Amino acid sequence: MIAAVEAAVKKPVFGCHMCGQCVLHSTGLTCPMECPKTLRNGPCGGVRPDGHCEVKPEMRCVWVKAVERSRRLPWAHEIHDIRPPVDNRLEGTSSWVNLYTGRDKQTPKGWHVSA
Amino acid sequence: MSRLEDAIEAARFVVTAELLTVDAGGLDAVHERFAPFADYVDATNATDNTSAHAHASPLAVAIALQQLGMEPVMQLTCRDRNRLGLEAEIAGAALHGIENICCLTGDDVTAGDEPEARRVFDLDSVQLLVAAGQMAAGHYLSGRKIDPPPKLFLGAVENAGAPPYDYRVDRALKKVRAGARFLQLQVGFRPEQTEAFMREAVDKGLAAQCALIPSICLVRSPGALRFIDEHVPGIEVPAEIIARCERAADPEAECFEVACELAERARSLPGVAGLHLISFRKEAGIARLCQRLGIPTRETRANSRPVAV
Repeated sequence: MIAAVEAAVKKPVFGCHMCGQCVLHSTGLTCPMECPKTLRNGPCGGVRPDGHCEVKPEMRCVWVKAVERSRRLPWAHEIHDIRPPVDNRLEGTSSWVNLYTGRDKQTPKGWHVSA
Repeated sequence: MSRLEDAIEAARFVVTAELLTVDAGGLDAVHERFAPFADYVDATNATDNTSAHAHASPLAVAIALQQLGMEPVMQLTCRDRNRLGLEAEIAGAALHGIENICCLTGDDVTAGDEPEARRVFDLDSVQLLVAAGQMAAGHYLSGRKIDPPPKLFLGAVENAGAPPYDYRVDRALKKVRAGARFLQLQVGFRPEQTEAFMREAVDKGLAAQCALIPSICLVRSPGALRFIDEHVPGIEVPAEIIARCERAADPEAECFEVACELAERARSLPGVAGLHLISFRKEAGIARLCQRLGIPTRETRANSRPVAV
């Protein structure tokens, strides 16, 4: 139910893919799952000179937008965070619920990033 | 410690090269690809399905290089394997004493000759670096122990020539925080982009934290430059350069001149630790470029005081 509401709100606005572990806050309110390579830590090296996507030339690179927009936010520095791998089991679940329960913060046991 | 790590630690100028892709022909095919430049390079990259075309796997080629006395850098992209596959490749490499691992995102499947393939990207290059670093610390991503922990020397790639230009050094810094100790910069034909990147890299402390190695691409015809411009994601070749090579009395020689000029400019930049050389033909272009630039052989470099070349 909550997942359905979340999808109804976030799909039209952010192109949300319901990964269930939302990072919009730290990516300039730009969904990284819109990237054909689903990169969560910045742009690949294939971005075209006009700032468009290597895979979908008609689309502006998600990360070009994310970097640009993040700079206008008070928490601009969060773009530099190292984001952990997606937990594929959460696909289709509500990130709001997962945020509330803390489930979206669970990372693999062997995932450690210094500083 | 790998030869590459040793050279970087000692602040010696490093030279790496890319091995042409291998599809068949046994160890001889591998040997003939690096023999012309073997004396000049510290290590040679075993590529991972470049431009999304299938070839002999990077682990197999890296093992072959090692058996033939050439130190490999095993490239790993996130395009074709999920995290289990990537961890398995790293463990497999370590089993054979291969330490240098270069972690890349990878060109998309649509850049290749089997565009109908499923793209994976279960991890991105930053996450792959972290995962590899954790393996070197003695465990898989799951937390399961690896005993003894593999010895690894991790690197990555950054492209100074693709937007968002003013974010590339920050992205490289992220890769360093994720464990990269060297960065082979993507081939660039616009020296001003490499220069801007290197200036920022020095200012922000990136160059002090990891070895920055610009790539130079050797081609033999203006047509090849045009092909790169049109078909290789993330590399732009200015029309002036293509026109200059086309107009020249000897286009092949002019292409070589262009590479020499780019290499000369790149290595003179503060913060540059070495050069990564890529030739699309089985010939001595790489050795010739080193001779032309006065870069001594690996052995001479190793035996001399660490001075900027």
